[in-house]
Amino acid sequence: MNRHDQPNRGRLRPRLLAAAAAAALTLTAGLATPLNPVPQQAQAKGSQQAKESKKVLTVAVAQSVDSLSPFLASRLLSTSIHRLMYEYLTNYDPADNHTVPGLATKWEPSADKLTWTYTIRSNSTWSDGRQATAADAAWTFNKMMTDQGAATANGSFVTNFRKVTAPSPTQLVIELKKPQATMGALDVPIVPQHIWEKVKDFSKFNNDQSFPIVGNGPFVLTDYKPDSYVRLKPNKTFWRGAPKFDELVFKYFKDQDAAVAALRKGEVSFVAGSPALTPAQAASLKGEPNIKVNDAPGRRFYALATNPGAQAKDGKHFGDGAESLLNQKVRQALFMAIDRKTLVDKVFQGHAVEGEGYIPPRFSTYHWKPSASQELAYDPAKAAQLLDAAGYKKNADGKRVEKNGKPIDYRILCHATDPNDKAVGQYVKEWFGKLGIGVTLNCLDNVTDPWLAGKYDLAFDGWSVNPDPDFVLSIHTCGALPATAKDTGATDNFICDKKYDELYDQQLAEYDTAKRADLVKQMESRLYDTGYMNVMAYPNAVEAYRTDQIKSIETMPKAAGNIYGQDGYWSWWSAVPADASGASSDGSSSTGVIIGIVAGVVVLVGVGAFFAMRRRATAEDRE
Amino acid sequence: MTAEATPSLVEATDGPAQAGPSVRGPRARTTTAYLRYVAGKLGGAAVSLLAVLVTSFFLFRLIPGDPVKYMTGGRQVSAGQLAYYRVEFGLDLPLWRQFTDYCGKALTGDLGTSYQFRAPVIDKISEALPNTLLLTGTAFVLYTALGIFLGTRSAWRNGGTSDRLNTGLALTLYSIPSFWLGLLLIIVFSVGMGPIPGLFPTGGMESGGKEGFAYVLDVAHHLILPVVTLVAVEYGQTLLVTRSALLDEMGSDYLTTARAKGLRDDLVRRRHAVPNALLPTVTLIFINLGRTVAGVILVETVFSWPGLGGLFYQALSVPDLPLVQGLFFVFASAVIVMNTLADLIYPLLDPRVGR
Repeated sequence: MNRHDQPNRGRLRPRLLAAAAAAALTLTAGLATPLNPVPQQAQAKGSQQAKESKKVLTVAVAQSVDSLSPFLASRLLSTSIHRLMYEYLTNYDPADNHTVPGLATKWEPSADKLTWTYTIRSNSTWSDGRQATAADAAWTFNKMMTDQGAATANGSFVTNFRKVTAPSPTQLVIELKKPQATMGALDVPIVPQHIWEKVKDFSKFNNDQSFPIVGNGPFVLTDYKPDSYVRLKPNKTFWRGAPKFDELVFKYFKDQDAAVAALRKGEVSFVAGSPALTPAQAASLKGEPNIKVNDAPGRRFYALATNPGAQAKDGKHFGDGAESLLNQKVRQALFMAIDRKTLVDKVFQGHAVEGEGYIPPRFSTYHWKPSASQELAYDPAKAAQLLDAAGYKKNADGKRVEKNGKPIDYRILCHATDPNDKAVGQYVKEWFGKLGIGVTLNCLDNVTDPWLAGKYDLAFDGWSVNPDPDFVLSIHTCGALPATAKDTGATDNFICDKKYDELYDQQLAEYDTAKRADLVKQMESRLYDTGYMNVMAYPNAVEAYRTDQIKSIETMPKAAGNIYGQDGYWSWWSAVPADASGASSDGSSSTGVIIGIVAGVVVLVGVGAFFAMRRRATAEDRE
Repeated sequence: MTAEATPSLVEATDGPAQAGPSVRGPRARTTTAYLRYVAGKLGGAAVSLLAVLVTSFFLFRLIPGDPVKYMTGGRQVSAGQLAYYRVEFGLDLPLWRQFTDYCGKALTGDLGTSYQFRAPVIDKISEALPNTLLLTGTAFVLYTALGIFLGTRSAWRNGGTSDRLNTGLALTLYSIPSFWLGLLLIIVFSVGMGPIPGLFPTGGMESGGKEGFAYVLDVAHHLILPVVTLVAVEYGQTLLVTRSALLDEMGSDYLTTARAKGLRDDLVRRRHAVPNALLPTVTLIFINLGRTVAGVILVETVFSWPGLGGLFYQALSVPDLPLVQGLFFVFASAVIVMNTLADLIYPLLDPRVGR
């Protein structure tokens, strides 16, 4: 007898393996038994979950946390979470973005504009029960001023600080090197000294090992799983009042279609999009019961930036931007060749506003738009005239040529990951083509290198604007240029305009808000006239939430604004659970688990018995 | 080859002494030859690992640009801060020093510090690796078992209805993009469609806030859809390779002999044909096993699974050089290790290998 033919009971047969696998799947599938499935309609779930007392607000986000340390974090999700965990000195009013008290109740400059005194509130306590004082704030700023590791995320806020002291628990004094109007907009989380002074290396400490994390914001972070979720609970002692939901969860969805599906199902309460819902996603959600799509003015601008001739502070020019773009008339002609209305209608499908000035209209204090006489409106005929007048006429082939005789063919840097760039690029190609200008779209995963090297002609550009516009204004100053061609500057597009810089310095030293706003508007006007930054659109914040889970939630600005990524904690702090709402949940019930296990065991036993009977080989089967 | 020439996979663990006919010569000589073979393979693997270490360092240094620019993209930074970052990440050192430091540290398990997460690369990999292994490992076991099972059935009933159905379905599923199938499963089985209720979570690995057995069940619940997606698109490959290898064996004399001895068809297939046809499948199994470590970017993305695939994507998008090169080293090492293991197992399956 061949030993291969002997029945071998100890050997796992493929059939049995497959059966076991099937049984295992059945077992786990049983976790979601139809006897108590995760409901398809959140309304059905509402009545079921009303029995539960815990109200959970789950936010689907498209980013993961880079770091939970406020000294290191730079991603929007992380900084938004820090807004919830720690108080800042000041906050922004949700109605109109003006500065309102945070940890500080009052802030005043000295007569010489070089010293600011902040009065720190006495009713803010850390979640471990200790009092939050001016000493915590002073320690936070001093740490950033003296430790490069601690300056990673917010170092730019303290570069103009000469000295920071806390003469008393309720008094913080900041001395400046030169006047700085943005002292009511120090977006720096103040941390508890008694916790953070134990940290040895700020450049590597991610604040993600010990929970709950001590803070004094409206929420306390209680749990975190990298690339999965962040859980927060209300801070019952928060000076402004505790949030209404029992728990706030930020759940990371790498795929936004899956996030939308989770919202539709009721597994999450809110979906933010990446950075907004696509028109298709928004359209698919608009007809859904119990879902509200928040389509509101956004805080971003979307522009076509010009390479004005890359240069460094040492005066050296580098890069290879087109020579014709150094001509202001050419740049203005390009403004007139772009039909913003078509872009808003066709590319953004109505989820944007036509671009005008540099700062989006939702920031009403600083928003500027050109007068009718100044406006470079869509007018291809006039654009052609401007190009002719500038000396860039069409040749026999209908192509406009550079001074060196070569046909103009602009390279546009575009983000390969941004569908808007590609779509707008096609329109631009067509419109410029009609003017006799060629366009090559360079869509790259990483545009940083050619951009910083000045090896482009035009580039799709966009920034989120803060309530205080200083940062987005500063990136176009001569001071932001790199020191040398080999260095990295803070510049966005190598713009260096003397008049613009003068206005920038004036507004930074102007402590009167109305006067400062006027100076900022003059800067925007100057930027518009130079033709360096063609703001084509202000994309909307398009997000959605379940009205059967969230009864009310505050947008910013209040009248019409975004919910996710606010300059403040207003949305999540103000959110009120719907009456019938329980929690957003994807959990399985214990009944389902038990039945699933029973079903799995039954299948296993059945399959085992079946094979056991089949394995009863007859004598004929054996040698 | 005779019926006795090749042991089954399980019996092969008894060692080479039982593994074949007399053509192998005396046991001592066979053992020496095998050891020589093993030493050769291990040496080759060591050289490959060294090559990977060198490649992982220099390959990503070919990416143009300054890493510090990637690190600080979109932020206001002073010249002092830029200089600080260069020192902190060793970018101020000459390339040869960076390389020797990298190799020295790599040998002690230190793969550097991630730019974006400011955490040791090895820690980020350790966080994500178990998650990836849970997903891809579970799927691997299932699609391998299913592929071998259906592959042998198909070959045995070559040309029949079940064969045509099996291969047709397998080829169809193999051709379907995994992310598309994943999204489809989410719509049907997670959100629910028509009479089908939403049974499974739409994404993630856990709901959070659960402990003990409840946590295990919760993870299992989250695991089902991504595993089904992976199994559906992957089992076809194993099925086709197994089927093809078995078809090559079908006409062999030793199978006729086995049948002539009056053995059940089932036994002839399982005990005689399949073991001899397994070599190409074993190769594929080990290649797939190596791949399991790399994760599955598309499926991990669709189901928001916190694994290495997603981490690799995040690393590339910066690019976070230490993390990219660390992951590259881990992925390549896994493939080398698995291929070496396959090489070491071949002689046990087929004594002609390695002689």
